[in-house]
Amino acid sequence: MDFFLSRYRHLTVLLIVISAQLLLIAYQVKTSKDIPLIRVWAVTAVTPVETGLELVRRYTWGFVEDYFVLLGVRSQNEKLRRENGQLKIENNYLKSELSTADRARALSVFQARSPSKTVAARVIGNGTGANSKVVFVDRGSTSGVESGMAVVTPDGIVGKVVDAYPTASLVMLITDPTFAAGVVSQKNRVHGTLKGQGHAECLVDYVQNEEHVDLGEWFYTSGDDRIFPKGFPVGQITAAPNGKTFKEIYVSPSGMQGGIEEVLIVLQAVHQEVPGAEVAAPGYSILAAPTEIATQTPQGAPQPGALATDADRLRAIYKDAGIEQKHTYGEGPPGTKPPDFTKIPSIHGVPPPNAAGQPLAAQAQPAPAHGAQAQPVQSRLGQTQASQTQPSQTRPAQATAAPPKPTVPVVAKPKPQPPASADGTDDEPPSVAAAAARPGDQPTVAAPHKPTPPVLVGPRSPGPSSNPTPATTPAPVTSRPSDARRPPDINQ
Amino acid sequence: MTEYTERILTEGPRKDAADRLRLVWLVVIPLIAVLSQVYVPRFIPFLAYLELPLLITVHFALSRGGPIPALFYGMFIGLVQDSLSHQPIGMYGIVKTLVGYFAGSVSMRFDVQNPLVTFILGFFFYFFHQFFYWVLSRALLGETLAFDAQQTLIFGLLNAAVALPLFRVLDKLRVAS
Repeated sequence: MDFFLSRYRHLTVLLIVISAQLLLIAYQVKTSKDIPLIRVWAVTAVTPVETGLELVRRYTWGFVEDYFVLLGVRSQNEKLRRENGQLKIENNYLKSELSTADRARALSVFQARSPSKTVAARVIGNGTGANSKVVFVDRGSTSGVESGMAVVTPDGIVGKVVDAYPTASLVMLITDPTFAAGVVSQKNRVHGTLKGQGHAECLVDYVQNEEHVDLGEWFYTSGDDRIFPKGFPVGQITAAPNGKTFKEIYVSPSGMQGGIEEVLIVLQAVHQEVPGAEVAAPGYSILAAPTEIATQTPQGAPQPGALATDADRLRAIYKDAGIEQKHTYGEGPPGTKPPDFTKIPSIHGVPPPNAAGQPLAAQAQPAPAHGAQAQPVQSRLGQTQASQTQPSQTRPAQATAAPPKPTVPVVAKPKPQPPASADGTDDEPPSVAAAAARPGDQPTVAAPHKPTPPVLVGPRSPGPSSNPTPATTPAPVTSRPSDARRPPDINQ
Repeated sequence: MTEYTERILTEGPRKDAADRLRLVWLVVIPLIAVLSQVYVPRFIPFLAYLELPLLITVHFALSRGGPIPALFYGMFIGLVQDSLSHQPIGMYGIVKTLVGYFAGSVSMRFDVQNPLVTFILGFFFYFFHQFFYWVLSRALLGETLAFDAQQTLIFGLLNAAVALPLFRVLDKLRVAS
């Protein structure tokens, strides 16, 4: 043994060391346990040195590295600052261009969809004066702009042209203290007058305290002012306290939200219905219209569907007259000659007057013999002719013929048309002034110079109290079969 | 037999130089080698191939001139390496023990100061180290490591190339100390 150990001493030591390590590995693998002591020693010996090396590296090489990095930072910072400024300017420019494009597109869409003829204009300056709310736009008389024309945006009305110059126009904004316009509420149909206040909000005046309006309710133009066509949005109610006599309704103009830059000047206005009109509940139930009223024509022939109301039937009459005379309503500038309504051959059951111009009231005399009822004529809704007691005042040209079968009431309402010009020469279809000027013609009678008077024919024409009509509102013409014996009085 | 080969075979180990290695260097140099293997690849990943603890073991074995001290030195460095790895302790210990033993045995036969012998020994022991570690991993731990002989040969050449200046520097340090 000693010989073996002395002869193979190195090999023996090697085998012992290898065997010891093999046993160590076998123990770890067999028991899945580590030898923490050796690892702790090694880690404790190595990691502090490693930490020191890292600190040294950080404060030597890292510092040098940072120094060389920072050498170019100043120039790079200046360069980035310049680029940032240029990008900001470019960004603002692009935002402005985008906003302008959006507004222009909105105007274009609105212009295409609106029945009114408009011209786009850009606000180029403000007027002088601390309280005046006027602006200059870049469209003038050479573009067809005239004083008194409405100025709108797709969001609502903006103002009206007060002066038109060749290349520019002065527009009074609706916030100007001297501005006024007729408005009507969307839901409750409350009429009022919009007045500027010199600040952001406008006041709707002349609304009785008894009238009901809701906060947030929209006001639309009513067309009463003959400047703004009916149906353009004005704004929402922000406050509506009761005043001494009238409500103090404050409206936030919708057309001036966020400032105005591009506007539309209404060259030829066309009335529109108030969009999405919600009729307020009257507080009492209303029965449905009788079947014969809703379905029969003046001749008694039922026409279901298209002509459902008397207004529609009367509208058809005027439309036919316009077609016969090759006249299109709503076209042509103010002052265009209207169709000759005195040449309407027949108003659907109303026979033409006699050639001698005999008063139709006289013709109505035999009506009872035919079992029919004569139809008195109302020139204005709500103003039933008081001439029931004044048969002798019947004018030859203002007579109403008794229809052969006047048993069916007809209430016709003309299509809303552009506001009549001041001289009443607009081409509105039911110009009662024209009818009154021609004796012996058709029985459509109304007050002269009253625009778009709808004709109401029927026994259920509303009474005066239920149809108060302002002087500028469409005036219906009424004919009552039950008043056939009464001489029609169209004296207005 | 030429004079050169005769000198290689007859000069023997440099026992006088090895004796002058101090204990401090015996501890610090392997520690630096292990640290460099752990720390340097973090910043220079390419240097992960450099097996400095192995080269230190080989240099110690060649310069010490005896297999017994060399095998213990190799075992020490190997166990330190094992302690900083996720493998069971003893894998690198066994491999470096064998490397130290064989390097110490070789040093008694060749002139290890000859650069060519140093290069060949460096290459051989690197290949032996990697191959034996792979065998032990498969045999003892059941791991299925891949052994890329071509890559191992290339890395062996690189380690042998590094060994030439490294051994020169370590010899200078030893003489200076």
